[in-house]
Amino acid sequence: MLFRFLRGMLLLSLAVFLAGCKSVVLSPSGDIAQQQGNLVIVSTVLMLLIIVPVMILTAWFAWRYRASNTEATYDPDWHHSTSVELGIWAAPLLIVIALGAVTWITTHTLDPFRPLARISATQTLAKDVKPLQVQVVALDWKWLFIYPDYGIATVNELAAPIDTPINFQITSSTVMNSFYIPALAGQIYAMPAMETKLHAVINKIGNYEGFSANYSGAGFSGMKFRFHGMSKEEFEAWIQKNKDAGNKLDRPTYQALEKPSEREAVRRYAQIDPKLYDAILNLCVDPNKMCQRDMMAIDAKGGLGLAGVYNVGRLAYDRPRARGHGESEAERAYVLSLCTIDRSANPTSLSLTAQPLSAAVIR
Amino acid sequence: MHETTSNLQQLLLGRLGWEAIPLHEPILLMTFAMVAVVGLAVVAWITKIGKWNYLWTEWFTSIDHKKIGIMYIVLALVMLMRGFADALMMRLQQAMAFGDAVGYLPPHHYDQIFTAHGVIMIFFVAMPLVVGLMNIVVPLQIGARDVAFPFLNNFSFWMTVSGAVLVMMSLFVGEFARTGWLAYPPLSGIAYSPDVGVDYYIWSLQLAGIGTLLSGINFMVTIIKMRAPGMTLMKMPVFTWTALCTNVLIVAAFPVLTAVLGLLSLDRYAGTNFFTNDFGGNAMMYVNLIWIWGHPEVYILILPLFGVFSEVVAAFSGKKLFGYASMVYATIVITILAYLVWLHHFFTMGSGASVNSFFGITTMIISIPTGAKMFNWLFTMYRGRIKFEVPMLWTMGFMFTFAIGGMTGVLLAVPPADFVLHNSLFLIAHFHNVIIGGVLFGGFAAINFWFPKAIGFKLDAFWGKVSFWFWISGFWFAFTPLYILGLMGVTRRLSHFDDPSLQIWFIIAAFGAVLILFGILAMLVQIFVSIRNREALRDHTGDPWGGRTLEWSTSSPPPPYNFAFTPRVHDLDAWSDMKKRGYVRPTKGFIAIHMPKNTAAGMVLAGLATVFGFAMIWQIWWLVITSFVVTVGAAIVHTFNNDRDYYIPAEEVARIEDARTQQLAGQA
Amino acid sequence: MANTATMNNASAQEFYLTEEHHVENGTMLGFWLYLMSDCLIFACLFAMYGVLGANYAAGPSPKDLFDLELVALNTSMLLLSSITYGFAMLEMARKRKTATLMWLAITGCFGLAFLGIELYEFHHLIHEGAGPQRSAFLSAFFTLVGTHGLHVTFGCIWLVTLMVQLHKNGFTTVMRRRLNCLSLFWHFLDVVWIGVFTFVYLLGVLR
Repeated sequence: MLFRFLRGMLLLSLAVFLAGCKSVVLSPSGDIAQQQGNLVIVSTVLMLLIIVPVMILTAWFAWRYRASNTEATYDPDWHHSTSVELGIWAAPLLIVIALGAVTWITTHTLDPFRPLARISATQTLAKDVKPLQVQVVALDWKWLFIYPDYGIATVNELAAPIDTPINFQITSSTVMNSFYIPALAGQIYAMPAMETKLHAVINKIGNYEGFSANYSGAGFSGMKFRFHGMSKEEFEAWIQKNKDAGNKLDRPTYQALEKPSEREAVRRYAQIDPKLYDAILNLCVDPNKMCQRDMMAIDAKGGLGLAGVYNVGRLAYDRPRARGHGESEAERAYVLSLCTIDRSANPTSLSLTAQPLSAAVIR
Repeated sequence: MHETTSNLQQLLLGRLGWEAIPLHEPILLMTFAMVAVVGLAVVAWITKIGKWNYLWTEWFTSIDHKKIGIMYIVLALVMLMRGFADALMMRLQQAMAFGDAVGYLPPHHYDQIFTAHGVIMIFFVAMPLVVGLMNIVVPLQIGARDVAFPFLNNFSFWMTVSGAVLVMMSLFVGEFARTGWLAYPPLSGIAYSPDVGVDYYIWSLQLAGIGTLLSGINFMVTIIKMRAPGMTLMKMPVFTWTALCTNVLIVAAFPVLTAVLGLLSLDRYAGTNFFTNDFGGNAMMYVNLIWIWGHPEVYILILPLFGVFSEVVAAFSGKKLFGYASMVYATIVITILAYLVWLHHFFTMGSGASVNSFFGITTMIISIPTGAKMFNWLFTMYRGRIKFEVPMLWTMGFMFTFAIGGMTGVLLAVPPADFVLHNSLFLIAHFHNVIIGGVLFGGFAAINFWFPKAIGFKLDAFWGKVSFWFWISGFWFAFTPLYILGLMGVTRRLSHFDDPSLQIWFIIAAFGAVLILFGILAMLVQIFVSIRNREALRDHTGDPWGGRTLEWSTSSPPPPYNFAFTPRVHDLDAWSDMKKRGYVRPTKGFIAIHMPKNTAAGMVLAGLATVFGFAMIWQIWWLVITSFVVTVGAAIVHTFNNDRDYYIPAEEVARIEDARTQQLAGQA
Repeated sequence: MANTATMNNASAQEFYLTEEHHVENGTMLGFWLYLMSDCLIFACLFAMYGVLGANYAAGPSPKDLFDLELVALNTSMLLLSSITYGFAMLEMARKRKTATLMWLAITGCFGLAFLGIELYEFHHLIHEGAGPQRSAFLSAFFTLVGTHGLHVTFGCIWLVTLMVQLHKNGFTTVMRRRLNCLSLFWHFLDVVWIGVFTFVYLLGVLR
């Protein structure tokens, strides 16, 4: 009876609440976010099972045993009762067991790295469906979205067809950010030289907000973008619109784009350098810099020996990226790349037996 | 020629120059003017009433744990003003800056404010409050004359002050960090934060951290070694138990902070590559290490206040604490689990699902002992005679507020729920809910509860209640909108918003902050009124609330030696036991008491450390070397001082105790 | 309580001591706690080395840099200093001041020799271009070994201070306690060094 009343109260207050302030977290438009929002409600209800009685008891005891109420029993030496103590440990324990089970299951099913299992509560995932690939780069202070399958890229505007799985690969150019579209799915950090993944789907057509949810410096407040959930046709048209824009995102364009700027307008690139994202992720957009991947491969084989000591250069281009007061800033050092062979053609071709390096290559 | 001058300046002043003084920022100038005027007024007033000598001999150089405790709490309250001013400024900015309006704080300033607010509230309000309470209460509760290392105690206090001084200095000389209160790299690295802000952050925390670590060691030894005869571990008052666990946490957590800040400073000063993007650095290590300190820190703050609530509930319900043993075990379980949950602060970093669920579930497990504590307080009230004095009001406020904060905390421990709420205003509301509702409410309960013991007269109850009602209503007005905004997907640390429909919530939150301001003002009025009416409020008995533990067995304020004769303990609530079994206070046979002597060494060493920190921040290398060498030298010289203790003669003890006898007789 | 009536009439002394309560000195416990907290700092540095120790940034690795013979010599200096400190403590037990001072002086010399060799090693590495900035591995290496070296430096300063005090004051209780604390500190540094030698140098070269 009490429970039914409480549930009624909760649903009522939630309804008022949702109507009053359009909570995107509790009523989002993507299936993953919807499951996460439901989880928020389920967990809250589970915990209210114990919180509400505690609060009622607190208020009741406080009233009943107030000093002025001399009718209430006064038992100053009552300080132990095995059954009560069992109860007060068991009650939270039971709730935590239930919540722990929910946690274990949902953490695995809603793991952002895990490919989707369904399109929505009512739609299953077709076997042959080809997910939309999007590569996301957090820049100072704007978002770059690369669509490798379409060969286009945009800044501060993201679009996806509804009911299609989206696979995000996420990284950052300088500092930590967090990629978050509340209507679509929970957030995940964007970190330099590291890649995180997010699998999500948008189920309703609409224009949603996306932003960085991890403070990243002066331009953080303006680090927002729009996310459009579109019909298939609209999406094709949107791709075409980008293709008509005419610009190409190659390495020099990217290096200019990468410099800190705030509240950037939408930019569109009809063509991209297909290896750009990989270079961004490996911190080697500048071809003089050694890619992290190569560095790790070399390190796994024991480094470059003492000769490698001198394989360091200072890159002037990077100066404006550092957020100093300009000229006084020292140039930062980098490990230089070894050679300019096409790594993507033959990624394992880095021969480490080629030592010693000639002085000319080193300097 | 110009080059030579600038080289000379570089040599003498390092990075320091006129441009470091924010003459172009009116808000800072105003603040500076205000601080200067108030500071000068205080200095002039002290000079006028001729109290400098008194302050120096009786307070600054004092090694008496009660006085050091009071100084800690004064520091906490002063820094609360600063931290709260920051909070008000943020609330105002967020209530204003919508659409075309940019508000009155540019990001450069706003970002410093939210960083400073977090750092100050945790390190220079909550920590001094907790350490101050332990200082005043623990030795009295265990029947000791002082702490184990009285000089170290004084030094710890002044090191905490050093940290606070550096933070305050950053207002007017240079700037504070713009990184958030945990200064994650690479943002806090030299490449993205080249100015002095992060250095102020590092050195103020390092100095204060040394003080805290030494306090932790000091109190652990005090509690383990100096308990009165008969006080076995399971007869120790609950507050002392929680203090012991807190100090275990301090000793086992603060070295990690020291290490990780040390590594960050090496990255910044020596060009190493621990947390950089290039050369194989790993910023995630910083995030892990800082939270390996940071999560235990949360329990360092809250555990002693759990102890306070236990003492207060028992005293004002006129009952023994319900379930003492389970209270103690709950505290110990929390202490251990505090080290197994740190990753829940960054589920969104992309650890695997199994790792995330492990840390999520360990976090939930902490809610079991915490819940048990909640029930214990509840059943302490059951069949009691509850007097709603001010400390009890704060405790009731805590029980209602903290329950909600705990609930939202467990909610955030569910990783997929955290993905949608992490870094949102929901998170902000959550941790303010537990820190204000737990630590601050507990601190205020404790101040109202032990004020008569520490100072000698009660605090005015009317203004105490006014303050309570303003605080609690202000709290809910300020943070309910933040919960709602969090559910609307609004993230933290924003200085500007686009969506005008959000504004109303921020205005409500700002209104709540104003209510809290009234709460703080009411508290100041309370202290002022109490001092004016001190004779009427004076506590002659030493036991104004019908207390249960040893601190209430001595006079208020206690004599320097605390107890003329060391008490012998037979029962958990030692003082209740003594009262019940007809304890007669001894009035003769006094003996001389061995006490430590006051010393200026703590203040001098901490002052030198402040100079060292300042010189490091501004890279004034000659001063760095000089101050370091002088600090080490001064410490060595101090070890040659063998004149560290004295005896309070038996006649002096007899004189103090006779006065007390007369006071008690006058009462009867 | 079986005998409440008699308890009520219990003598006042039931509730307090009439003589001064003798509290055991807590310095040794406090110092142990300090050492454990210091141990945690080293634990963090070891953890950093564990995580970053293979990130050579395409630079040199331990195999290219470490001279095990030199490090073995260095290690023997520190181990010998621990033994000689032990001799000093034995002499202290026999209350022979001059002999204690002599062994302490020898300990200090071994400590300085250790520091000298370490500085030579650092200088050599930096001279080769393998300074702490070159890679995360080198940052972690220099910081771990350097922090240990700093501790030894402070140990030496402390040792000299105590020698002066011992010379001045003789074997007072305070002096014995201080020498015991330094003894703990010195052996603690030895233990940490064994960890450094094993995990950083030996495993580094053998890996």
